[in-house]
Amino acid sequence: MNADWPRWEVFLRARRGLSHTHVGSVHAADGETALQAGRDLFTRRQEGISLWVVPSEQVVASDPDDQDSLFEPADDKSFRFPTSFELPSEVDQM
Amino acid sequence: MTIHAQQRFDSLIEADERIEPDDWMPEEYRQTLVRQIAQHAHSEIIGMQPEGAWISRAPSLHRKAILIAKVQDEAGHGLYLYGAAESLGTTRAELLDRLHTRRQKYSSIFNYPTPTWADVGAIGWLVDGAAIANQVPLCRCSFGPYGRAMVRICKEESFHQRQGFQILLRLTEGTAEQKQMAQEALNRWWWPSVMMFGPPDSESVHNARNMAWGIKRFTNDELRQGFVDMTVPQAELLGLTIPDPELRWNDERGHYDFGEPDWEEFARMVRGEGDLPEQRLRVRREAHENGAWVREAAAAYAARQRQAA
Repeated sequence: MNADWPRWEVFLRARRGLSHTHVGSVHAADGETALQAGRDLFTRRQEGISLWVVPSEQVVASDPDDQDSLFEPADDKSFRFPTSFELPSEVDQM
Repeated sequence: MTIHAQQRFDSLIEADERIEPDDWMPEEYRQTLVRQIAQHAHSEIIGMQPEGAWISRAPSLHRKAILIAKVQDEAGHGLYLYGAAESLGTTRAELLDRLHTRRQKYSSIFNYPTPTWADVGAIGWLVDGAAIANQVPLCRCSFGPYGRAMVRICKEESFHQRQGFQILLRLTEGTAEQKQMAQEALNRWWWPSVMMFGPPDSESVHNARNMAWGIKRFTNDELRQGFVDMTVPQAELLGLTIPDPELRWNDERGHYDFGEPDWEEFARMVRGEGDLPEQRLRVRREAHENGAWVREAAAAYAARQRQAA
């Protein structure tokens, strides 16, 4: 029997108040052992307090070829940033 | 389409941006990285053997706990790197198979014997020290997952080097026999460590291309010089003598001059001559085969849980 365990993406919350961040991947037979492997691999030095594991094949990613069509439209809309509005110094704190 | 993709790749490299796994990349870039990252991963897990052999003989419970943690780190480094290699479209099982069947290499530094406790110290101080000198620039490697794995690894290597240096420091503070043991370990590990940076630039075939791709940031000889400059004062602090009669400070260059390593020995080690390479691979294969029932049992259990759900 070929038992090549599936791959899982591991996300770690460094501390309370922060979101989970992708840190790498592990191989494991199921979610429970993936969590154990993630614990052993990514938290040997107090790196986090909470783990998520997600089957790698379940990740849906955008295509790098679509990068321009997806993200370029934001380039010429600097008015979405407050810094693009010059106001009189009297309202500096707005 | 491909021309556009190549231009995009070139401009990312030109701008010193990172290449990520989903990006188009030249096949040679991909192959070079798979080979380099796999060899690096293999070195980490084979490197567990010479030090693992000293866990049962560490001189105190404290040293034993430290050494276990270090060997566990090496396993972790292997896993970070296999993960980075997998993002290039290969699998960990395939890479392990290539190691087990000698189609991929590991660093020949792990084919030197470790006869005394001082060798454990010398490995941490010199071998891990050379590894750090090599790996710090790799944190900026143009391939994102490799660079990120290296950041993690470098953080952990620092403990490895310090614990090794401290082992030797304690020995040099001890009896004449202990100091002698430390000196002999330095004699054994100095030249192999200097050679860890690979052949001289004049004979290194891929230097230029890998530098252009941002896989390498410094040449072998530049890294080697950096290692020597960093290590000589540390040896002086230990009161140990580096076994190189040509070693001396060159005021003009602002660097240490040093002798030529025995490149024929290096070539013999890379070819895997001697008994140790055979032993390293046998232990690795046995560990893999003896773990097969665990992998199969866990997979069978997971399959049954899925059915029951």
